[in-house]
Amino acid sequence: MRFSLAERFSIFNGWRRTEKDAWTPQELPAGRSLYADARRRFLRNKAAVCSLAVILLVFIFSLVGQMITPWSNEEIDWEIMGSVSDLGKPSLTNGHYFGTDDLGRDLYARVVQGTRISLMVGLVGTLIAVVVGTLYGAISGYVGGRTDNIMMRIVDILQSVPYMFVIILLLVVFGRSVIMLFVGIGLLSWLDMSRIVRGQTLSLKNKEFVEAARASGVPSAVIILRHIIPNLLGIVVVYATLLVPNMILTESFISFLGLGVQEPNTSWGALISEGASSMQYGTLWQLFFPLFFFVISLFSFFFVGDGLRDALDPKDR
Amino acid sequence: MLSYILRRLAVALPTLLLLVVVSFLMMQLAPGGPFTSERPLPPEVLANIEAQYGLDKPLFEQMLRYIGGILVDFDFGPSYRYKDRSVNDIIAAGFPVTLTYGSIAFVLAVVIGVSLGIAAALNHNSWLDYFAVGISIGAQVLPNFVMGPLLVLVFVLALEWLPGGGWNGGKWQHIVLPVIALSTSYMASIARLTRSSMLEVLHMDFIRTARAKGLPSHYIIWRHALKPTLMPLFSYLGPTFVAMVTGSVVIDFYFATGGIGYFFVNSAFNRDYAVMMGITILFGSLTITFNLIVDLLYAWIDPKIRY
Amino acid sequence: MGYLKRSILVSVCTFSLSCSLSFAAGTHPETGEKLAEDQTFTYRILDEHASLDPQLAEDVTGAEVLRDLFEGLYNQDKMGNLVPGVALSHDVSADKTTYTFYLRKDAVWSDGKPVTAHDFVFAWRRLASKELASPYAWFIELMNIENAGAIVKGEKDPKELGVKAIDDHTLQVKLQTALPYFPLMTIHASTFPSPQWAIEAHGKEWTKPGNMVSNGAYVLAEHVPQERSVRVRNEKYWNNDATFIEKVVTLVINDENAAFTRFLAGELDRTKVPTGKFPELKEKYPEETVVFPRLCSYYYNINLSDSAPESLRDKRVRQALAYAVDRKIITQNVTKAGQFPAFTFTPEVTAGFSAPEVPFGKMSQQERDEKARELLVAAGYGKDNPLNLSLLYNSSESHKKIAIAISQMWKQKLGVQTTLANMEWKTFLERRGKQDYEIARAGWCGDYNEASTFLDLMHSQSGYNDSKYNNPDVDRLLKEAKTADNPQENYTRIEQIIAEDMPIIPIYHYTEDYMMRATLKNWPTKNAEQNWYSKDLYKVAE
Repeated sequence: MRFSLAERFSIFNGWRRTEKDAWTPQELPAGRSLYADARRRFLRNKAAVCSLAVILLVFIFSLVGQMITPWSNEEIDWEIMGSVSDLGKPSLTNGHYFGTDDLGRDLYARVVQGTRISLMVGLVGTLIAVVVGTLYGAISGYVGGRTDNIMMRIVDILQSVPYMFVIILLLVVFGRSVIMLFVGIGLLSWLDMSRIVRGQTLSLKNKEFVEAARASGVPSAVIILRHIIPNLLGIVVVYATLLVPNMILTESFISFLGLGVQEPNTSWGALISEGASSMQYGTLWQLFFPLFFFVISLFSFFFVGDGLRDALDPKDR
Repeated sequence: MLSYILRRLAVALPTLLLLVVVSFLMMQLAPGGPFTSERPLPPEVLANIEAQYGLDKPLFEQMLRYIGGILVDFDFGPSYRYKDRSVNDIIAAGFPVTLTYGSIAFVLAVVIGVSLGIAAALNHNSWLDYFAVGISIGAQVLPNFVMGPLLVLVFVLALEWLPGGGWNGGKWQHIVLPVIALSTSYMASIARLTRSSMLEVLHMDFIRTARAKGLPSHYIIWRHALKPTLMPLFSYLGPTFVAMVTGSVVIDFYFATGGIGYFFVNSAFNRDYAVMMGITILFGSLTITFNLIVDLLYAWIDPKIRY
Repeated sequence: MGYLKRSILVSVCTFSLSCSLSFAAGTHPETGEKLAEDQTFTYRILDEHASLDPQLAEDVTGAEVLRDLFEGLYNQDKMGNLVPGVALSHDVSADKTTYTFYLRKDAVWSDGKPVTAHDFVFAWRRLASKELASPYAWFIELMNIENAGAIVKGEKDPKELGVKAIDDHTLQVKLQTALPYFPLMTIHASTFPSPQWAIEAHGKEWTKPGNMVSNGAYVLAEHVPQERSVRVRNEKYWNNDATFIEKVVTLVINDENAAFTRFLAGELDRTKVPTGKFPELKEKYPEETVVFPRLCSYYYNINLSDSAPESLRDKRVRQALAYAVDRKIITQNVTKAGQFPAFTFTPEVTAGFSAPEVPFGKMSQQERDEKARELLVAAGYGKDNPLNLSLLYNSSESHKKIAIAISQMWKQKLGVQTTLANMEWKTFLERRGKQDYEIARAGWCGDYNEASTFLDLMHSQSGYNDSKYNNPDVDRLLKEAKTADNPQENYTRIEQIIAEDMPIIPIYHYTEDYMMRATLKNWPTKNAEQNWYSKDLYKVAE
C-alpha cells in the first residue's frame, strides 16, 4: 500500500466533508482549492516554513557537501592519527572543517555521508510507520470484535518477540544491505502507531458522521479511508515526529548487530555515540557536529509536523 | 464488561504460548548457541553439557519440557551462561531494580509531561507554549547515551553530589540519575502528545458550544476536554509503561544498575536461551496486561466504545 | 566525594569489626609503609563471572574471584613463579609421569574442617565427570591425567581418574605421558579443591553466600547478580595474619568510560584505561596509570580452507598483506598502550621462549611495503586486476578501529579493496568457525605460560585452527616439542614456517593498561598471566 501525494490530498478533501461538512453546506469560497487553503495556512506558520527550509538545507548539504572538501569519509590522515586531541581539531587550514574522528578521518565528510543515511532511515521508517501503522490500526479498530482482538494480539507478540534475533535472522537469511536495514526498522516502527490509531478509531467510529456514512451504505474501506483516517491525521503526524529520533538511533543498534550500515560508512547514531563516549577526553567537536545536525533536523521535523497538523486541521483557524 | 475481560484473558494464554513458540524457534535458528565461544569446546565436552541441559533432545521435546516446567513448577529453567543461577533468580534480582527506577521515572514523566502539555495547549502560541515545546523537543532529541555521560559529568564529577552508578540495594542516591536519564525523553513525548491532543479537542464543536454557553474555562477543561485528550495518551502509555519498568538497556549499561534491561541484551548476546525466554515471557505478559488495562480505560473515557 | 567516602567507611566498619582491629592505621611489617585505614579493594569488571564453582568456572573474572576464595596446590608470586599453596612441595617419578604432592597440615576450610588430599581427588574427579558437564572438562584432558579423556567421554568412571589420596596430606597424580609444565597447571581455578559436604548439602545452591565453604584467604559475603560481589577476609585461612586487604568488592560496569568516570569519582581502585586513551591519561595521571605485557596475541586469520577465495591460497598474496600492515601505526596510533608490534605468533614475554628473528621482522616498514607491492604484482594483482577482500570482525570499538586502519593501509599501499564486515559476537564466531570468511580478526591468550599454548593452534587438527592451516612439518615439530628437553628449537622453526606460509597475520602482542590507585601496592605487574591474589595487595595511607 503506497500513498502518492495526490492520494493523500484526496483523502484530505474527503475529510473536509466529514465532521463538519456532512452536516453543514460547503462554505468555502468558490475557486480556492482545499489544497491551496492548507498550503496557505502552512506558509503562514513561520516556524514551520523556517523548519522546512532547514530540512531542505540539511538535505542539500548531504548531497553536495562532499564537493567542497578534498577528504573522503574513509581516508585516514596519517599525520593526525595518533594525536587527534591536539591536531584533529576543526581547522580551515588542513581542510578538516569539522576536525577528525578518533582515527584521523575527516569528520566533515563523515557527517555529510552520515546525514544522507540517517535522513533516509528517518524518512523511510516514518513512512512505513505512518502507512502501515495507520491502516492496520484503523482497520483493527473499525472492524472491531474478534478481528480487533486477533490483530492487536499479533501486535503484542511482535512487540514482545526479542527484536535482536529478528535482526540477526534477517542478516543470516538475506545478508546485509540497505534495503534490509529499512525492513528491520520498518518491522518495529509501526507497532505503537497502530495502537494509537486503533484507540482513536474505536472512539471515532461511534461518532455521528461515521454512523451516518455507514447508514447510507458507504463501504467500510471507504469509511476508513475517507472518514476515519483523515480525522486521525493530527495525532498521526505528531506521533510520527516522535518516532523519527528513535528510528535514527535504532539504526545504529541494527548496524552494531551487522545488518545495517558498515564501516567506512557511518550515520548520525554511530557518530553521536562515538562522540559521546569520548566527551570527557576533550574531543568535544566529535560530539558537537553530528549532534548539531541531528538536533536541528529533529527540531525542524517537529515544527514541520506541527505546522502540517495545524494546516490540515479544518477546525483550526 | 466482565465478559469482555474474561474473553481477553482467555486469548492471553494462547497469545503467550504463540510468543513462546515463535521466540523459541527464532533463538534456535540464530547462529551460535550458548556454548559457542572463542575457543570451541571439544565435542565430548560439548556433548556432556548439551545432555545436561537437554539440548540434545528434539526441539519439540525441549519446548514441551520448557512449557511444562513453567506450568507445573513455575520454573523457568537454569541460566546457560551463569551456571550457579536459575532464570527465576536472575529475574528476581533484576526486575525489582528496573521496576523501581522505571515506575518512578514513569510517574515523573506522566505528571510533568501531561501538565506541560496541557499548559502549552491552553496557552497556544504564547511564550509558555513555545517554552514547553522547546524544552520537550530539546529533551527528546538528546539521546540517552548522551544524556547519561552528561549527567555523570555534572552531578558526579563536577558537583560530587551523587555516585556514578551501581544500585547498592536501591539507595536513593543511586536511583536519581537513572530516573532522570530515563524519564526525560518520555516526558517530552508525553508533553507533545498531550499538547497536540488537547489542541485538537479544544477545537472540537462541543467545546466551542460549551464556551459559547459561557461556562468557566477550568470547568470546561476538567469536565469536557481532559478525557478525550487522554485517549491517544493512554494508547501511548500502555506500551511505554512496560518499556520503562523492564528497563532501558542504555541506562542499565551506563549506570551499571544490574537491571533486567542489561540481562535482556546480555542474554541475547550470550544466547542464554532460558534467560532470554524468561524475560520475553515477562515482557509479553506485561504487554498483554497493560494493553488490556488501556482498553478498559478507553471504555471509561468514552462509554460509547464497544469491543 | 564527601558522602561517598563516608558511606564506604561506614559500610566497611559495620561489615567487619576487624576494620579497627588488625592492621588498621598500622605499618607494613616489611616495608614500613603507613597502611591506609580502609583496606577495601574495589575493582571493575566488564561482565560477571559465569560461576563460582571452581570446577564450573570458565572465565577470567570468575578465576580472579576464585583465586581469592579458594586455594589450589600452588599459587603464583608476583613474578609468576610457583609458590606453595596447599601443597608445600612435590616429587616427580623417574619416568616423569607420577607426581606426588605434599600438602600442608594447617590448611582448613572456612567451616573449620581440614583441607585434605581427598578434597582434591573429589574436585578433580568432579571436573572430569559427565554428570557435572563442566565446560572446562577439557582442562583435565589437557593436564594429561590418566584416563581423563575416557572419563570425559563417559567411557570410564570418574573413580578411575589417575589421582589418588595416599593419606590426608599426600596427593598422587599419574599422567598419561610426561608433561614438563604440569605443576604450572595447578594454579588454574578448575583444579582448586571443593568441599564435598557443602556441595552435597546445598546442591546447585552451594556457591551462594552463606552456603559456600571455601579454603582461600577470603569468603564470599554478598552477591547481587550483574551488580556486585563482595568477599571478606577468611579468619580461618592458614596465612590470615599476612593478609592486609579486608574486603574486596567487584562491580560490574559494562561501559569502560562510565567505569573511568567512577574511578575519577573515587568509587573504584582499579579499572581498565578506556581504549586508546592511555597516552593522554598517562600524562594527566602519571601515578595512577600502569601498563604491562600480557600473554596474548592479536592477529588476523586467513582462510585457507576449500571455501577460501583463490587469491588467498597464493602464499605471495598472504605475505603481501602481512607485510603491508604497519604495526607501529597500529600500536602507537590506534591501540596506544605500548602494545608490541608482532611478527611472530607467540609473545616475547612467554616463559622460556625467545622470539626468533623472522625475515620480515628485520626489514624496515618501507622495505616491507616495497616487498609487499612486488609480491602482489608477482601474484598477478594490480591496477587492471585489483584484489578484493572482505575482513570480518566482531562489533567493538577497538576491533573496528584496527580493521579500518589496516584496510586503509592495504588500500593505499597495495590498491587492495577491503569490505569491512562487523558482526555480533556469536554470529561472528559461527562464521569464523565454519570458515565462512576471507580474513577474520582473532585473539588468543595463553592458558599457561609456555609457547605451546599458542603454537598448538597451528596444528592441523587443533579445534582453534580457524585458518585450517595444514602443514605436516608443523604438526611433527609440535609433537616432538611435547617431549623434547629443549623445545625452543622446535618453536623457533615453527615460527619461521609460519612467517613463510603466513596462515595468520600477527599484528600485536597485548599489554594490559589500568587506572589504579597509587595507594594500592604490590600489584603483580610482572606476572604476564596476571594471576593476582587480593591477599598479596595492600593499601597505604595517602
